[in-house]
Amino acid sequence: MSAGSLGATEPGRARVHYRRRRTPVTWVRSGGLTTLLFALPLLLIFGAFSWYPMVRSVFLSMEMTPNLVTYTWVGLDNFRYVIHDPLLPIAVKNTAYFAFLALIFGYPIPLVAAVLMSEVRRHRGFYSALAYIPVVVPPVVSVLLWKEFYDGSVTGVFNTILGWVHMGPYAWLSSQQMAMPALVVESTWANAGGTVIIYLAALIGVNSELYEAASVDGASLWRKVWHITMPQLRGVMLVTLILQIIGTAQVFLEPYLFTQGGPNNKTLTVMLLIYQYAFGSSVGSGFGYATALSLMLAAFLALFSLIYLRATRSWSSE
Amino acid sequence: MITPWIRRHRKSSKSVSSQGLMLPGHRMPRIRRRRNPVSGLTNQGLISPSDWKRPSVRWGVGATHMLLLVALVVIGLGPLLWLAKAAITPTNDIFNHPLSLTFAHGAAWSNLRTAWSTVQVGHYLLNTIEICFGSWLVQLTVATTGGYVLSVLRPRYARVVTAMLLVTLFLPAIVLLVPLYLMIVNPPLIHHSFMNSYWAVWLPAGASSFNVIIMKRFFDNLPRELFEAARIDGAGPVRLFFSVVLPMSKPILGVVSVFAFIAEWKNFLWPFLVLQDPNKQPISVRLPAIAGQTQLGVFLAAMLIACIVPIVGFLIFQRSFLRGSGLGGAIKG
Repeated sequence: MSAGSLGATEPGRARVHYRRRRTPVTWVRSGGLTTLLFALPLLLIFGAFSWYPMVRSVFLSMEMTPNLVTYTWVGLDNFRYVIHDPLLPIAVKNTAYFAFLALIFGYPIPLVAAVLMSEVRRHRGFYSALAYIPVVVPPVVSVLLWKEFYDGSVTGVFNTILGWVHMGPYAWLSSQQMAMPALVVESTWANAGGTVIIYLAALIGVNSELYEAASVDGASLWRKVWHITMPQLRGVMLVTLILQIIGTAQVFLEPYLFTQGGPNNKTLTVMLLIYQYAFGSSVGSGFGYATALSLMLAAFLALFSLIYLRATRSWSSE
Repeated sequence: MITPWIRRHRKSSKSVSSQGLMLPGHRMPRIRRRRNPVSGLTNQGLISPSDWKRPSVRWGVGATHMLLLVALVVIGLGPLLWLAKAAITPTNDIFNHPLSLTFAHGAAWSNLRTAWSTVQVGHYLLNTIEICFGSWLVQLTVATTGGYVLSVLRPRYARVVTAMLLVTLFLPAIVLLVPLYLMIVNPPLIHHSFMNSYWAVWLPAGASSFNVIIMKRFFDNLPRELFEAARIDGAGPVRLFFSVVLPMSKPILGVVSVFAFIAEWKNFLWPFLVLQDPNKQPISVRLPAIAGQTQLGVFLAAMLIACIVPIVGFLIFQRSFLRGSGLGGAIKG
């Protein structure tokens, strides 16, 4: 075994190790080969399915691949095509709209739920399990199930409920105005539980001494929530915000299964457009466009990832 | 030979394992000061003990919790309860009275039977299990050996590899969609298509930097004296890995395992792209395909069967799940 692994505790020995001349034989003797064997699964899998495809996508975005065999260099033509595609502004607008609605519906609900749940004294596990169950349901099942709920006929599930108070029937998914909000409601239902658990974990970290001190000073419940709970959750709120933006920017399954982008392209998202470029008509001919657009989306999201990285750093160094 | 001193060191290691996931505090937020992050009690929460003694506060809090519970059951669980009821209701009754709580024309258990046999849900379920199991195995192998190299063995190239893992962690998965697809259809060097083979799903699943990094961080927190002791007792790196590191990492192995399984069970786009032979497809890929050709009652029964396994699995392994999702705020790929 290489002395390097214990080097931190024995600096003297480690230095001797470095000074010795390194030959393949000493490398094997000191465990280099065993180490490499242990590293092999990681290097092979990541090399083939992560690092190489990453580099490849940069090249692909500047190539035409009409039949998956021949590759022609076209420079920035793919990017030009995508930017001038009239569908792109629609897709960007729709994705932004989805993200915006998801923030309005999906951001405050888990926070409020988690703050309330953190005060539950008995059976809290039961509450969190209830909140989390929709998260483990396969997304395909939840989308197809909600598709039944959104049935546009008078006897559709939601139309029946609204019928009790003499509203509707609404067309839901085939209505240009309601399709996107309908998608967001389903996606909030499916994902909110995960965020609740993140908040709960953070709420448990809130220092109880602060609450005690505030109580002694006679602070009301609201003041405690506003001045103690919220400031301590600021870090995790930023993180969930960014995770949600990154997630919603890549929304695919909901528009794909609910509406196929319709009606009238009202639910066409960027990810769905990428999918249509790549696999929509004839597989292969649009790979260049698809990678070009993915790279553009990735560059945009990298910005949020950077903020995320900064946020988690500064937050935990408090 | 090696077990006795594990036992001897149990006391010191207990602080590690009983806290569940020990993540180093300096880089990441962690679940603090809590043995059980989910069901433990705070000394004092928002409401102070003196407030608790006032009946108005008690009633108010009680009522809020009741409301919360009702909301969680109706909104969170409601759709699934509807699915469970509709799955055993005759199709006509679902159409005509979707919200009826009773069975006007009796329960149609035949829906479940038809879904299982004629629609072959059982077959697709087995496919799903096979896909999940393989992905789990690949993910766990890569994450444990990789984490071990980066945390314990630490060769010279460990820093570079860690840095490259961090880069992939923040890369959105979509960038890789097309190049990964090409990798499967026409891999370089091998030139043999992996299309319609489960390897096409299993192998890429292993490239999860999130797994490797949380595994590495867990290993980082194992007591180093233990490794030293093992080494003095003559254990090589292989022995150290299987007899010391792995047995001490059960909590994190549990977390990674449940997430590997559930993520693959939920997966749609990738298996949909690379497994085009209907006989090989998992249930989540088959469901949209059979939606149009099946009676509604039978189709809903198929959906119910598809989500029962992950829900039951979640209820059994709840702790690992909730512990792991708390981590989601820390790092998420």
